[in-house]
This record gives sequence, C-alpha cells and structure tokens, in this order.
Amino acid sequence: MDPLIFGFLLSDGLISGALYALVALALVLVFAVTRVILIPMGEWVVFAPLTQAVLLEGRLPGTVWLSAGLLLVWAVLDRRRGRTPLLLALAAALVVAAGYLGLAVPALAPLVAILVVLPLGPANFRLFFEPLPGATVLVYLILAVGLHFVYKGLGLAFFGPEQFGLPALLPGEASVFGLPVPRQGVLMVVAAGALMAALYLFFARSLFGKALRAAAVNRIGARLSGISVREAGRVAFLLATGIGALAGVLVAPLSNASYEMGFLLGLKGFVAAIVAGLSSYPLAVAGGVLVGVLESFSSFFASAYKEAIVFALLLPVLAWRSVSSLALEEEE
Amino acid sequence: MRKGLVWLGAFVLSAALAQAEVRIGVTLSATGPAASLGIPEKNTLLLIEAGRLDRMPKGVKVRFFILDDGTDPTAAVKNTQKLIQENRVHLIIGGTTSPNSLAMIDAVAEAGVPFISLAAAKAIVSPVDEKRYWVFKTPQTDELMSQAVVQDMVARGFKTVAYLGFNTAYGEGWAREFEKAAKAAGLRVVASERYSPKDTSVTGQVLKILSRRPDAVLIGAAGTPAVLPQRTLVEKGYKGQIYQTHGVANPAFLKVGGRFVEGTLLPAGPILVAAQLPDAFPSKRVALTYIAAYEAEHGVGSYSTFGGHAYDAWLIARSAIERALGAADPGDLAAFRKALRDAIEGTQGVVGTHGVFNLSPTDHLGLKFEDAAVIVRVKDGKWVLERSFR
Repeated sequence: MDPLIFGFLLSDGLISGALYALVALALVLVFAVTRVILIPMGEWVVFAPLTQAVLLEGRLPGTVWLSAGLLLVWAVLDRRRGRTPLLLALAAALVVAAGYLGLAVPALAPLVAILVVLPLGPANFRLFFEPLPGATVLVYLILAVGLHFVYKGLGLAFFGPEQFGLPALLPGEASVFGLPVPRQGVLMVVAAGALMAALYLFFARSLFGKALRAAAVNRIGARLSGISVREAGRVAFLLATGIGALAGVLVAPLSNASYEMGFLLGLKGFVAAIVAGLSSYPLAVAGGVLVGVLESFSSFFASAYKEAIVFALLLPVLAWRSVSSLALEEEE
Repeated sequence: MRKGLVWLGAFVLSAALAQAEVRIGVTLSATGPAASLGIPEKNTLLLIEAGRLDRMPKGVKVRFFILDDGTDPTAAVKNTQKLIQENRVHLIIGGTTSPNSLAMIDAVAEAGVPFISLAAAKAIVSPVDEKRYWVFKTPQTDELMSQAVVQDMVARGFKTVAYLGFNTAYGEGWAREFEKAAKAAGLRVVASERYSPKDTSVTGQVLKILSRRPDAVLIGAAGTPAVLPQRTLVEKGYKGQIYQTHGVANPAFLKVGGRFVEGTLLPAGPILVAAQLPDAFPSKRVALTYIAAYEAEHGVGSYSTFGGHAYDAWLIARSAIERALGAADPGDLAAFRKALRDAIEGTQGVVGTHGVFNLSPTDHLGLKFEDAAVIVRVKDGKWVLERSFR
C-alpha cells in the first residue's frame, strides 16, 4: 500500500470517526444520566440533514410539525406547572416560525434544521421515559427500540425513500500534509474537536455540568443535594439531540442522506460507546475514531466483510471488559 | 316460497355473471424503499383498469384487486395468499422487487395460479422447474443487461474493468452475471468490491479500484444510493468510463447525481429513450403510445421504465386471456388458471414497451437481447440513446 492511499484511508476514517465519536458521546451522556440506551439517536442524526434538504427544495418538512406537536403535548402534560406550558407553547411556535424562516432564507436552512430536530430529544424523554422513573435498563431499552421503529417509519413518511444530495457548507478541497481533503471533512473534524472541548468545559467548570455528572454518578446522592434527576435527564437528551443533529448536518454533504442511514450510524456509534463501557467520555471518542478508521481500512481490504469486521470488534472489547472490570453494580 | 325463488334467481344470475369475469390479483411495493418502482406500476395498472391505456379482452370482464406490500417480502406473500383464497384470482401480477417475487413463487406454485413478476432477477424464472412452471416475468434479467454492458465495453476497446456493487441480492446478481460475461468476452475484472446502500462513505472501495487502474468501472446499484460511488470516483479523480445498471433509470438518480453522473453509460430497456429510437425498432410505437397515455394522466416526464414492465405484463395477460377463453371457462377456477398458464407460455410475438415477447416452455421471459436492451448516456441531465444492438 503506498503512502497516498494510506493517507486517504486514514483521513476518510478520521472523518467518519469524528461522526461516530460524537454519536458515542451523546449515547454515553444519555446512558450515564438516565440509563437509557438511545437507539433512535441514529434517526435523529439523519433527520437534521433531511430536514435541511426538504427545506432547500422549498417544502416544509414533516419534522417541523412533529417537533411542534410533541412540544404542545408536553405543554398539556405539564399544564399545572406555572409558566412551563406557556414557554413550551412558545417554543412550539418558534419551531414552526423557524421552519418558515428556513424556507424563506435557504442560507439558514442548516441552522433551522438543527433547531427543528432539537426538541425531539427532551420531548421524547418527557413523554415516554420520564413517566417510568427507576425502571430497569431493559425496560428503557425496549422502549427505545420501539421509538427507533416509530422514527424510522416517520422518516420514510416525511422524506420518502430516495437519498438527498446536500451542498457543502465549505466547498472545495484543502491540503492537509500534502493530501487533498474536502474542506467539509476538515470542518467536521474541527467542529467535533471543538464540541468535545466545549463539553469538557461544561462538565468540568459549570455548575449545571457538575450537577449532570453528579446525577450520573449517584442519583440518590444527587437528589439529596437538591439536584432534579428529571431535569438532568431532559438536559442530557437535549445535549444529545443537539450533538447528533449538528453531526448530521456537518457530515451529510460528504455523502448523501436518506432516512435509512440513521440506524447504521447509531449502531456504529453504539459500538464506540461500548468500547468506552458506556461510561467514559474520552474512551468513547477513542472508540469512535477506532471504528471509523477500522471501517475505512476494512472497506479497502475486504469490502464485502466491512460491516462484519466493524461489529466483530465488539467481541474482543466485551471479553476484555468483562475480564478486566470489577463487577460494580450501582445500588438503587 | 316466493322469497326463496328470488334468492335462487339472484344466485343463478350472479353465477352467470361471475362466469364472464376474469380476476387479476396485483401486489406491488407502492410504499416502502421500492416505492419509486411500485408507484408507476400501480398507476399503469389503474389506467388499464379504467380502460384508458388499452382495450379489454373480448367477451369477458376483467376485475383487478390491487394490494400494497410495502416492499416487504412477508407482506407480499400474505397478499398473494389473500388474493388466491379470498379474491379467487385467476392470475397474479406484481412482486415489484426480486426478493418479493422470489418469496411469492412457493405460494403461487402451491395453489396453481399463473404469476407474472415485475422484478429483474434471473432466478425468478430460471431454471423452469416444477414451481417456476407457474412463474413468468417481463423485466430484462441482469444476465441480459450484463451482456449489453460487456458488448459495449468490448466495442470501446476496454481491456480491464472493475465492479463496485450493492452487498444485496441485486448487487450480487449483477456481480455474478457481469463477471461471467466479462470473462467470456476476454475482459479482465481487476477488482470486485461491495458496499451497502446505507453506507455514508465508499472511499476505501474506490481507492482500491483506482489503485488497479481499470479502463472502466461498473456500479451495480439501484436508485439514488448508486450516486455515492460514482461521486467518490469522480472526486478522487477517476478519468475512465463509468457504467451504471438499469436500476438507476429514474429521474431521482439524475436529480441527486447532478454533475457527478454526467457522461455515465447504462444499459436500459428501449422505452427509456423511446422517442429517440429508429422507427424500425419494434417496440417504439407501443412505447410511445404508452408514454403518451401515462403522461396525459400524470404529467410530462412522469413515465418510467418500471411502469412499462407492468404494461408489458398486462399485454401478455390480455392476449393469453383471449386464447385461454377458448380452452376453459373462467367459472371453473382450477381449469382456467391452468389454461391461462398454458396460454401465457404460448405467447408469441406480443410487442411490448421493452421488446417483443416470444415465450416457450424453457423461456418464461421471452425477450431477445437485441430488442430489449440499448445503451444510454447521461447528457446534460437527460437520457440520450448511445447505441442499440440491432
């Protein structure tokens, strides 16, 4: 293999790896705070670029009404909580307004798309997971799998079976160590790095981030210190959807986007999250990059077995984790 | 007593009416991932049912039962059983995708109902065994289309070729048939790679192909997911000729592909470029009539090759129904199903939108390569006839 091909494969792997790393971060965050394995994450990741694509075609995508509708249902559920329902109804109106703004100003479409997808996470948490506090991981998992099927079906209904091409946010190619790499790919990697740094600062420095970490480490202890675990769950879902939607909008112009792609993206992010034992953020990032690079090189050497190779990565990781880690079950 | 007589009369009358009725069951993928194929097929059959595309067979009333299987083989089999048992149909048309059609074979063979499939794979009708005795189809096989691609490659003087296709039944079928035909014609297949229709990157596969420097690359994919490998090839600076398969012959491919798919060559049914065909081309007139009727209902540029397959299935069915009526009575379900099967197998010289159908006990497709395939080039975002093999 000559160095040029090696460089191309590595850069391709790093770009996909950045995407998987972000998805893995979101999955770890949600699992740590709420014990939910967020299977529909992949669907939300592709909903953002698909929303953008439909906006660019001059139609109002179904996700706008879905987001606004879920927010309104949430408002009805929380109708006795002071100003909350009013704020939620306002947010719903804002989502619809953003949708029309995206129609009028195509340049804002990526931003609008993220904004439209953003409420899906917290609204789903409020509607489906919050009414079951303290349920087992298995119950949450079954619920999440159900939601995955619902969102996959909705994706087909909203966007149709075909793929969409999206214009690059940064067109053209940049030269990295003498290697031509699409600028959009560089943007993806840089944005992923910046997002990770921001998350680190958020968790290490801000009170809110520390509260989230506390809720993740020990829920009872957190509640005794006056931290609302429900609130923490909503924020975790909000952050996760935000990370996912941003990653989706950044990566979609590099390939095309279709409703079917989400599940596989989510699954590969999940493999990365498993590498991190669903608990360590730095390991999740490393896992994402590992999955991306492994995928890129195996698609060169044995394309027919690419998927099998990526998912077979789970076996040694799980074996190693079960041998090396002590059985630490959280007591509730 | 009088009431009983009325009932008896009604029963006799309805039996007499039912005798003059031929029922055609249809299961299509009008929703789900193959919807862009299933919808034009459904529209075509609806136009036929309304009598706006073609005349009805003489001396009999035809009733359609059209169901949707959502691109799900299990649902396609369920629909088939429902059509056979509840609607007591004489003939089944449908099975938009190859997996759906293959799944339906057992059900129709068991019940002894003739079935005209609208899917591509050769395995649907070949070899004609005990089960496939009941199964026919109208679309060109991957084998026939591979022949067109290979002949075109040889004519252009290419020596080395590479293949990059779906890791599904469609891509594997093309890989098998194309590589067989290429070897037979003396072409060297220097790389054979796979990718998933849901993949977001095919850089690895494309780099491997580039490192082998083939004169031409064939992408064995269907619909819009066929754009990504071509786009990556172009972006990575591939200068050779890129071929696609007839699975991309719909407007969405051109829209998503844009400048990346300019200059692509693909094999296609002649209906795709019907207006550009020489007048001597046997299917030209039928294809133009079909397109005019379809576009009158659904708008200019709305027709696709897939609706043409459904129309061809109907043309075979109509001629067969007329001949079968002499051999059996539609009131006798089993006998008429058998007579209809024999009549379909005896189809000779039926001119459709994709070619001329001459079926035989060993050939349940009956298309001749020269009439059924042309090479088309994508030029300025349009399909342009490159060459025919006649």
